[in-house]
Amino acid sequence: MFIQIKDLSKNYNNYLAVNKINFNIEENKTVGLLGPNGCGKTTTIGMILGLVTPSNGKIIIENKDISKMNRDQILNRFNFASPYVELPKKLTVKQNLEIYGRLYGIKNLNKRIDEISLDLDIKNFFDRKTGELSSGQKNRVSLAKSLINKPEILLLDEPTASLDPDIGDFIRSYIQDYKSKNKVTILLASHNMNEVERLCDSVIMMKKGKIIDRGTCETLITKHGRNNLEETFLKLARSKDEF
Amino acid sequence: MNFSKIYALGLRHLYLIMNSFPRILDLIYWPTVQIFLWGFISKFFTLNSEYYNNTVGVILTAAILYDFLFRASISFNMMFLEEIWSRNFTNLFIAPIRIREIIAALTLTAILRTLIGLVPAVIIAIPLFGVSVLSLGIPLIFLLISLYLFGITLGLLVTSGLLRYGPSFENIAWASLFFLAPLGCIYYPIEILPDLLQIIAKGLPLVHIFEEMRNILMTGSVSYLNIFKSISISIIYFIFGVIVFYISYFGAKKRGTLINMGE
Repeated sequence: MFIQIKDLSKNYNNYLAVNKINFNIEENKTVGLLGPNGCGKTTTIGMILGLVTPSNGKIIIENKDISKMNRDQILNRFNFASPYVELPKKLTVKQNLEIYGRLYGIKNLNKRIDEISLDLDIKNFFDRKTGELSSGQKNRVSLAKSLINKPEILLLDEPTASLDPDIGDFIRSYIQDYKSKNKVTILLASHNMNEVERLCDSVIMMKKGKIIDRGTCETLITKHGRNNLEETFLKLARSKDEF
Repeated sequence: MNFSKIYALGLRHLYLIMNSFPRILDLIYWPTVQIFLWGFISKFFTLNSEYYNNTVGVILTAAILYDFLFRASISFNMMFLEEIWSRNFTNLFIAPIRIREIIAALTLTAILRTLIGLVPAVIIAIPLFGVSVLSLGIPLIFLLISLYLFGITLGLLVTSGLLRYGPSFENIAWASLFFLAPLGCIYYPIEILPDLLQIIAKGLPLVHIFEEMRNILMTGSVSYLNIFKSISISIIYFIFGVIVFYISYFGAKKRGTLINMGE
């Protein structure tokens, strides 16, 4: 198993944000992390990224506990994108990609920046300050930053939140296409159920810090007798029981 | 230490300065105003004070050195605050850069910001008031090193507070140096302070730096013991600042505040 989450918990002053969760992610698969606001998705992502220290439990990558691994080595293999995390607004798109490319120690950086900016169609606003871009443009730049190091593990937190349908579709298509051409394992937190159905090989449903169900989209929809993932999500989010 | 990563983070702040002419102007403006203000006060004291009448520019030199300390500390704080204001905190802390490399990058880049602000002001003081800090000679280098280390230490302590308490700690960032200034004996000898405060003041490098500055300008002699004391105390504070920063960083990870740090 590529990523193993074992009995992972986070307790903030007697508030249990994440409660002994266990899940595995196979290499090159995309797993959706779903659940209502405040269910512990961001805390879980934060713990995987090393931004939050777990209260209990382990995060294991290729059979190695990441708490015992060198921070640089592990973070070189990761990246993350979220519309809630921005790049320096006063720097141009090119400057931001250059700086993050250097921080990730990318060789042939100019070539990599060229590749990724052509793929994500960001070249035409390369010299504009990031803060002056539209949400859709910022989102593509943020995705470019998250792929600059060709991460083996990509964490995406609502990558298409607040985007119009056209740009949202562009991002989803790009992620699909990128995944088909590159080895990458993705953990995707999203509230867009169409996006999850389209991109994820399986999903994990969280509620109040716990995993309440898991499986492929089809099996969950069938299991709960609903027509689509959105209805299944609503049933699980409003239910009192663990499934 | 990976110097290319330190360079990358330094470049981020260099681009920030280069991309904005008002930002460069802002860096230069305040030290220059300070020089003008203290230059005229200094001139007045020189003409009317027996204590200062043979030492043109003691006050102005003190003002320049104090501004160097102030700029070093504020530069460090500002660069850290820039990451919070731009909501770039998470991106920075998930990049494969070590904490010591972040500290090194901020420390080295702060020199640049400090010099951009102060060099024009120092140059202006020469023709306008006939005062040059270079008249302190070789000891000036050591005094600046000591001041810089202490300025960065204050920056480290304030940024530790930002990590611990979030952006609400920002006001302390601006107030931190004014709090210590009275004990630093920047413009007056230590004997002015009450006995108890003198004991506390001697625990700060500032007293030794500014006492030595006055000693050099007024007597022409150099006490390397004073300089050694000031650098030693600054190094101790710097190590303390680094330790506090690490404690705050690990505390922030425990409290989960790194993930949502922003305005």
